[in-house]
Amino acid sequence: MSRAPIPAAPAVAYRDDKRHWWWLPLFVAISPVLGIALTASTGQAAWLWLTPLLWYLVLPIADALVGRDRRNPPDAVVPTLESDRYYKFLVYASVPLFYVTWIVAAWALATQHYDWIGYLGVSLAVALTNGLALVVGHEIGHKTNRFEKRLAQIVLAVPAYGHFSAEHNRGHHKDVATPDDPASSRFGESLYAFVLREIPGALGRAWHDERQRLARSGKGPWSLSNELLQSFAITAVLYGGALAVWGAVLLPFLLISTFWGWQFLSTSNYIEHYGLLRQRLPDGRFERCRPEHSWNADHVISNLMLYHLQRHSDHHARPTRCYQVLRSDRAPELPSGYPLCFTLAYFPPLWRAVMDPRVLAVYGGDVTRVNIQPSKRARILARYGAGQPGAAGG
Amino acid sequence: MARYRCPGCGHVYDEQRGNPHEGFPPGTRWAQVPDDWACPDCAVRDKADFVPAPGDD
Repeated sequence: MSRAPIPAAPAVAYRDDKRHWWWLPLFVAISPVLGIALTASTGQAAWLWLTPLLWYLVLPIADALVGRDRRNPPDAVVPTLESDRYYKFLVYASVPLFYVTWIVAAWALATQHYDWIGYLGVSLAVALTNGLALVVGHEIGHKTNRFEKRLAQIVLAVPAYGHFSAEHNRGHHKDVATPDDPASSRFGESLYAFVLREIPGALGRAWHDERQRLARSGKGPWSLSNELLQSFAITAVLYGGALAVWGAVLLPFLLISTFWGWQFLSTSNYIEHYGLLRQRLPDGRFERCRPEHSWNADHVISNLMLYHLQRHSDHHARPTRCYQVLRSDRAPELPSGYPLCFTLAYFPPLWRAVMDPRVLAVYGGDVTRVNIQPSKRARILARYGAGQPGAAGG
Repeated sequence: MARYRCPGCGHVYDEQRGNPHEGFPPGTRWAQVPDDWACPDCAVRDKADFVPAPGDD
């Protein structure tokens, strides 16, 4: 059965093992509709919890069973992979699914008379697909052509987060892993403190940057060219339309799905840069963003669901790279994929017990090089021996 | 009219074309671009990092 190996083929025939698995997020995007349909056909309201169970239970188990994949596409095939329209098509195709899911869920909640447990299940399910819509908006919002930027505004309208592209690309990427970035979490900062700093901070920075951009063209912020307002207008039509058609029964759904969807983004940001710091250079600028300024996770299943978002170190070092070619880089590694890290972060003592030693390990035990929560600075420095010469080595 | 390239992602600022979306009309000189302006494509590099790029391609 032996086949003679072809000697030294110049062009390496590379096969992307994940190629056909990138359909997975589309299934997740529509999964609340599947839960609603299964409930209608079987009478089992437990199906309404399909999506939350998938994220919080099935994915952590699947990550543990399947494990990590550190392989990268060879440099020679990267241009071919990046220009392969199949990958773009999959991302584009997901955009209408978020609208379908949102509208079907609103219809079901208004007409299917679920009890409060079922109502909560559907609302959390849509919150999670809203979170995934933010991941899609993130992927296409980084692309440089106008069409994809427009598409990002459209998909970001579903989770009511139209300021994300401006905030993320012009704000977070510029300031990442510096003390004043509202979207980089600090050592000792709980998820809850971070969310309260990040959500208003992100909106404020996006508005400020957009205002500055418009001012350069001689326009005020309340202009039709304001890309934040353009996306918010779509949200207003979607949410307002649903309320007009189905009434106040949707109010709890709007609140839960929107805020828990934002939580999805905030928690992702929380775990992506926790404690990591770009050092200040002698000229006063921060050192350039490199892979070690973001946490990486190579877990296969959650990476498929999140378009390789967890290969975050490479993403920040090279933000225009498409998801299918993101690399596992020499970067600090999270203990698990995002689904389990989310649950860890919900319990701050647990998160700190797991992550604080990892942050210190990145800096060889030198706590003075860590991005520390200012209100806890003195206590943290004292605890980890900074200020005592020679005690910081580790 | 000169061109400047981001050494990180390759984005080019061309004085002749400006960057109207960023608020720089065609003909805006590099010197008029604010110092805290970051590369609009990657934001990993700032204006100060940009390098002169050959303009005759």
